[in-house]
Amino acid sequence: MEIPSIVGAGLIVIGAGIGIGRIGGSAMDAIARQPEATGKIQTAMLIAAALIEGIGFAALFAG
Amino acid sequence: MRRKISLKPITLLLLLITFVSFGQEGHGNGEEKTDIKTEVKEYIQHHLQDSYDFSLTSYTNEAGEHKYVGFPLPVILWDNGLKVFSSSKFHHGEAVAEVAGNFYKIHHAKIYKVADAHGEIIEDAEHHATNEMPLDFSITKNVTMIMMVFLIMFFMFKRMASSYKKNGNMPKGTGRLLEPIVLYVRDEIAKPNIGEKHYKRYMSYLLTVFFFVWIVNLFGLTPIGMNVTNNIAVTFCLAIITYLITTFSGNKNYWKHIFWMPGVPWPMKIVLAPIELLGTFIKPFALMIRLYANITAGHIVMMSIIGMMFVFNNWIGSSLSFLLAFVLGVLELLVAALQAYIFTVLSALYFGMAVEEHDEAH
Amino acid sequence: MEKLLNEFSIGLFFWQALIFLCLVFLLKKFAWKPILDSVNNREEGIKDALESAENAKREMQNLQADNQKLLKEARAEREAMLKDARDIKNKMVEDAKEDARTEAGKLIAQAQASIQSEKKAAIAELKNQVANLSIEIAEKVVREELSNKDKQIQLVESMLGEATLN
Repeated sequence: MEIPSIVGAGLIVIGAGIGIGRIGGSAMDAIARQPEATGKIQTAMLIAAALIEGIGFAALFAG
Repeated sequence: MRRKISLKPITLLLLLITFVSFGQEGHGNGEEKTDIKTEVKEYIQHHLQDSYDFSLTSYTNEAGEHKYVGFPLPVILWDNGLKVFSSSKFHHGEAVAEVAGNFYKIHHAKIYKVADAHGEIIEDAEHHATNEMPLDFSITKNVTMIMMVFLIMFFMFKRMASSYKKNGNMPKGTGRLLEPIVLYVRDEIAKPNIGEKHYKRYMSYLLTVFFFVWIVNLFGLTPIGMNVTNNIAVTFCLAIITYLITTFSGNKNYWKHIFWMPGVPWPMKIVLAPIELLGTFIKPFALMIRLYANITAGHIVMMSIIGMMFVFNNWIGSSLSFLLAFVLGVLELLVAALQAYIFTVLSALYFGMAVEEHDEAH
Repeated sequence: MEKLLNEFSIGLFFWQALIFLCLVFLLKKFAWKPILDSVNNREEGIKDALESAENAKREMQNLQADNQKLLKEARAEREAMLKDARDIKNKMVEDAKEDARTEAGKLIAQAQASIQSEKKAAIAELKNQVANLSIEIAEKVVREELSNKDKQIQLVESMLGEATLN
């Protein structure tokens, strides 16, 4: 039985979602702990999220 | 603060116009409900594609004729010689154009060469057209838009630069609004990611790409309905420039980290080399896909929800859809800036990796 | 992936690359370079101004410190001079006093010596006179005695009355 590619897409979205969610959550924690470093944390968060997102997209489109 | 406040009414207005103009489209022949669904789907499909004429909107008049508001653009083909003609010859894709004895037809927003005036498109088993495709350098709607953004940016920033000269190193007018953004790109994007020593070389590219992507994304949200960045060719072009700059500015340390990763045992080095090498291609690839996918997805969702207004066609559903579309519109405004920012930050990060000098960090 | 390849338009890529690269180079020449230079100049200017202000402040402080030091030195010098003067004065007074005292002592000693000698001389003279007187008296008494007893006594008495001890 062939697995439809939409299932793969779903898996990718779940994985990327968990990853980005964790990054976002950790960033929130970090900001709560050190509000004065908000700018730096946000930049780092966006970059990390963008990297995961990139991999996610790559997998989505390669599939 | 002042900037934000003064921008708000404009964006609201733009959003409203967007809704109204998208709305007109569906309203044209909105008699039968099932038809609307397919029409919305088709419209979205159409909207996402490039087109050979600059049509702002279209409607069907009482006589049942489809009328387009806009103007034709030049088509430039290379097919055993340069062929330039107006896209009005295609009649919005409905007719076969004859140029110097050759016949061309638009099929799925691409120009194919056809045998005769009937314009038969021969398809294979998988519904791909097998007709010959001439090399197409047409000034399409998106190219027009790119040119417009080119002019806007050129004159905007040239004026800003000359205002500095006249005003004794202080900006004036739009420059006051743009200067903080330029400085943000320099101080928050270029300097921390590339480093104090090398960042100057990349400033021109980073600033240009940031403003280009941002402005183009914002134009995509206007009712003119051009979304340049949802064309893979455009994002590919931007990504490949980033890739080329990264590759050509890579120093010894950068290549060493790719082919002979320091600090790991030698079998790992052999394993890591192809992965790292692949990584250098994946990075710009992800850059390309990210921008493309975000903008495309944004437009699809946005227009689907606007389309839902006409599918529901009742007070509750439509107003809810409107509200949702409005919220999404605001979100898309954020995404427009965010994608420009991310593209720039990641480009800067890659340049930073390429020129990094000390061995510890990678 | 296939969809992406299908969507890829060489024409659009060509125009985008051409226009975008033109934009980068034109903006670099006409916008970014002047803008960033201006901003840099401005920032340098501000930094310089701040630095020079800081320098001026430091110089001012130095100057003030110098002044303070000079003042202190001057005051110390004055103090020293005053002290010297006072010392000299005291010494002079002391010397004068000493001189006076020795001089006085000398004078007194001289005076005493002369008094002593005068006294000695006086006493010697007195002795002589008393002796003379006594001899005279004795002479007269003896003479009177020889004549009249009463007259002798009268004579001694008158003689004694006459002979007041100068």
